[in-house]
Amino acid sequence: MSDFNVLNTRAPRVDAHDKVTGKAKYTDDLSVAGMLFGAILHSSLAHARILKIDTSKAEKLPGVKAVITHLDTPGIVFGVSPARYDEQILASDRVRYIGDEIAAVAAVSPDIARRALDLIEVEFEELPLILDAQAALAEDAPQLHDRYKRNIVQEVHWHFGDVEAARSQADIIRTDELTSKMQDAAFLEPQAALASCDGRGYLTMYSSTQAPHYIQRTLAMALNLPLHKVRVVKPAVGGGFGPKASCSSMELITCLLAIKTGAPVKTVFDREEVFLHSRARHQFYHKMTTGVKKDGSLVFLEHECTLDGGAYCSFGIATVYYAGSLLGGPYRLANMKYDGYRVVTNKPACGAQRGHGAVIARACFEVQLDRIAEELKMDPVELRLKNVREAGETTCNELYLSSFGMKEALEAVRDSSVWKSKRVSNRPRGKGIGAACGFFVSGAGYPIYQSKTHHATVVTRVAETGGGVIVESGAADIGQGSDTMLAMITAEALGIPLSDVKVHSGDSDLSVDLGAYSSRTTLMAGWAAKEAAEDAKRQILEVIASKTGAKLDDLDIKAGFVTCKTEDFNIEEIRHDHRLEHRGFRGVALSGPLTFAEASRFAFHERGSIVGTGSYKPPVLGGSFKGATVGTSPAFGCSAQVAEVTVDLETGEVTVDKITGAHDCGFAINRTQVEGQMQGSIQMGMGEALMEEIKYDEAGRIVNATLAEYKMPTAMDMPPLEAIIIESHEPNGPYGAKEVGEGAIMPTIPAILNAIYDATGVRINELPVTPERIREALKKRG
Amino acid sequence: MKKIISLTVNGSPHELAVAPNRTLVDILRYDLGLTGSKKGCGIGDCGACTVLLDGLPVFSCLVLAVEADGHDVLTIEGVSDGPNLHPLQQAFVEQGAIQCGFCTPGMVLNALALLNGNSDPSEAEIRRALSGNLCRCTGYQKIVEAVKVAAKTMSASTVRE
Repeated sequence: MSDFNVLNTRAPRVDAHDKVTGKAKYTDDLSVAGMLFGAILHSSLAHARILKIDTSKAEKLPGVKAVITHLDTPGIVFGVSPARYDEQILASDRVRYIGDEIAAVAAVSPDIARRALDLIEVEFEELPLILDAQAALAEDAPQLHDRYKRNIVQEVHWHFGDVEAARSQADIIRTDELTSKMQDAAFLEPQAALASCDGRGYLTMYSSTQAPHYIQRTLAMALNLPLHKVRVVKPAVGGGFGPKASCSSMELITCLLAIKTGAPVKTVFDREEVFLHSRARHQFYHKMTTGVKKDGSLVFLEHECTLDGGAYCSFGIATVYYAGSLLGGPYRLANMKYDGYRVVTNKPACGAQRGHGAVIARACFEVQLDRIAEELKMDPVELRLKNVREAGETTCNELYLSSFGMKEALEAVRDSSVWKSKRVSNRPRGKGIGAACGFFVSGAGYPIYQSKTHHATVVTRVAETGGGVIVESGAADIGQGSDTMLAMITAEALGIPLSDVKVHSGDSDLSVDLGAYSSRTTLMAGWAAKEAAEDAKRQILEVIASKTGAKLDDLDIKAGFVTCKTEDFNIEEIRHDHRLEHRGFRGVALSGPLTFAEASRFAFHERGSIVGTGSYKPPVLGGSFKGATVGTSPAFGCSAQVAEVTVDLETGEVTVDKITGAHDCGFAINRTQVEGQMQGSIQMGMGEALMEEIKYDEAGRIVNATLAEYKMPTAMDMPPLEAIIIESHEPNGPYGAKEVGEGAIMPTIPAILNAIYDATGVRINELPVTPERIREALKKRG
Repeated sequence: MKKIISLTVNGSPHELAVAPNRTLVDILRYDLGLTGSKKGCGIGDCGACTVLLDGLPVFSCLVLAVEADGHDVLTIEGVSDGPNLHPLQQAFVEQGAIQCGFCTPGMVLNALALLNGNSDPSEAEIRRALSGNLCRCTGYQKIVEAVKVAAKTMSASTVRE
């Protein structure tokens, strides 16, 4: 039996009732009196000089309250990494992708705002386009930004161990490549923002963001406002997966329009704008050379990667580092060399997306492991089991694995999928089975800006009425369920029922929390919530101890009641006072153990407000080499999956029949939610493996910027998904918990690719693996 | 020129003056304040705006408000019986079929239409019925499970009655 009352259960989400009845409010569901509507004029050219912007006709349109251009944003640059601020809110002299923001309007209706955009005249001088990474790196390529020589935003050159020396120890050395396409995050809720500014200069923006904290900072910096006068509130958010983690021009524009007009302004992206804004998955070109010994032990990895990141840097520095650093695990690999290049092109900017930077690198490496296993005539799962690391080990790039259920996860999927009996040589034609592993951070070890800030703080206010608590946190529930996590941890730590915990979150006024990215919230905000709840509990029990004469160590709160180890625990006076002030109330305790309602109310009588506080800051992590901070984390998640597929050898069509996944989340705060994260991760990975691809024409225009043309998995495409939870009890996480939100995507693509090879005997080195690519490969093989 | 339309929404009659180019989803959301119907694409690709029109699921972003004149509309706000969740909603809550929740209203209404016409759908029938409603969070697994559970609960309660 579990030692927990609340944790490790399948408690329904705290927001489920509101979401299933339509009551939950997302940003576009909000409206306020006198609200204006913002709209943005995007560049129709992928690369051009702006010669002239004439807004005079738009300004005269009745109902238009403001038109803004770069003249309203003089000299302001912003972005994600402070070392690479390269974006303007509104372009002054040059546009770099179809979608770049040029002007914006606030009007009394969305229709008028859009009509006003049509009246803005822009004269361009077209410039030569760069639409792929190789062209960007060419010697004579035009330069998209003055500061990025050869169009390189960031280079990484890492060397751990000694690859040259290791080469001679390897019995087999092979080189493989994998190329992917830009992916769209395709969250269901288009970005929206609603901003207003009060008479004292306090700015409030409601936004569909993943990271109120970073948005607050960017707004304050770009708009030159004191940080404490900028409040960012995240209502319900309809998915993010990464692209909503950075401040957008749209958010800044909405605030500028609100400041300029003195009225609240709401701007909502349409679906095409979501695609144009992007900030989703980069395009990756990986080349890996790996050496192994005859017994299958890994000797070295030499890895080159080029990332096409579109027009601006966005998260690109972190992306190119992650693409290299996260191959440090989950296997024993002593020698690793990495050369990474993140370049700019005239396409929408890419940023972070689920499994940031590491997904395609993982796919390339795990496919290569299968090819090595084939050469060695080894079972691919056995090859992996031979190399997996265990808790207590440190990778060659100095990532310490404080808990690590990799072996357990791999064995679990092997056994549950009945791998050994399916991986036989006489299986039916077109049927295949493949396995792969994954490795991911459980929260970035450092914030995006250089700072000694706490990464998460939580304030738990004990209701002065008695009976419940209110958890205040800046953490961003974007659908992954962090509000439920905060409520469950608080209830457990304080010893009260989940139903007596209310969560206020996603508001930069409430606490510092860096946001929903890098799979950090459960470990970091969860830690802070546990600390805050324990602090509140201690304060209440101190008051009770002092009143009753009981020893503090003998007192506890469990399931909503105060317990005492000794018999002489006299609660009569507390109970008497409580009854007196609750005449006419029903359900007031008359007998039995002291309730939390009585104890917490009494503590208020004695001490005034009882407020528990908690915070989380990671220890100093990482090596001393350049870029060592990216990839560090207080803990690492790991996962394994087995995919079973059927390939139609005539049409090349792939049907995924089943995916069995196991993920080490340390400890499942909520078992249903952990499974949900695993299943959603598999869905996104499966889409990227088989169908998802942003397509461009020769002018740099996205030709499939709709959710119909951009193919992604529907209920009919998804196979049954078996989710196995592995719990390795992470010492640095609250109750042993660590990530599941992103790590679970890592094995999906390579497990499917390995299964397709098993089914067809052909390898495809370009994603997505469409029926056309399979047919072509089968034809080539003959 | 605006046109006067009369329609029933969640059992209540409404009379509205609407421009001929306005969609049903827009008048539900922005005129009647029923923001439970979500707008994920505006062009009938995602299914988040699904409502029942005379009992049949439609993408309300593809229905002009004037086309709803004289008809009966059920939105997510009208599915529960006052404070009591419909068994289908209850199943979504308990099975963990909800993450970000943006697809949930459309999913529930489409599944409701399925169950109203087929009290014991197979998994394939459920998946086919929901294939026009995109979800990016759940992998659909728990949504499908919720519909199965709801089908059982609803059949059991019908038998009892």
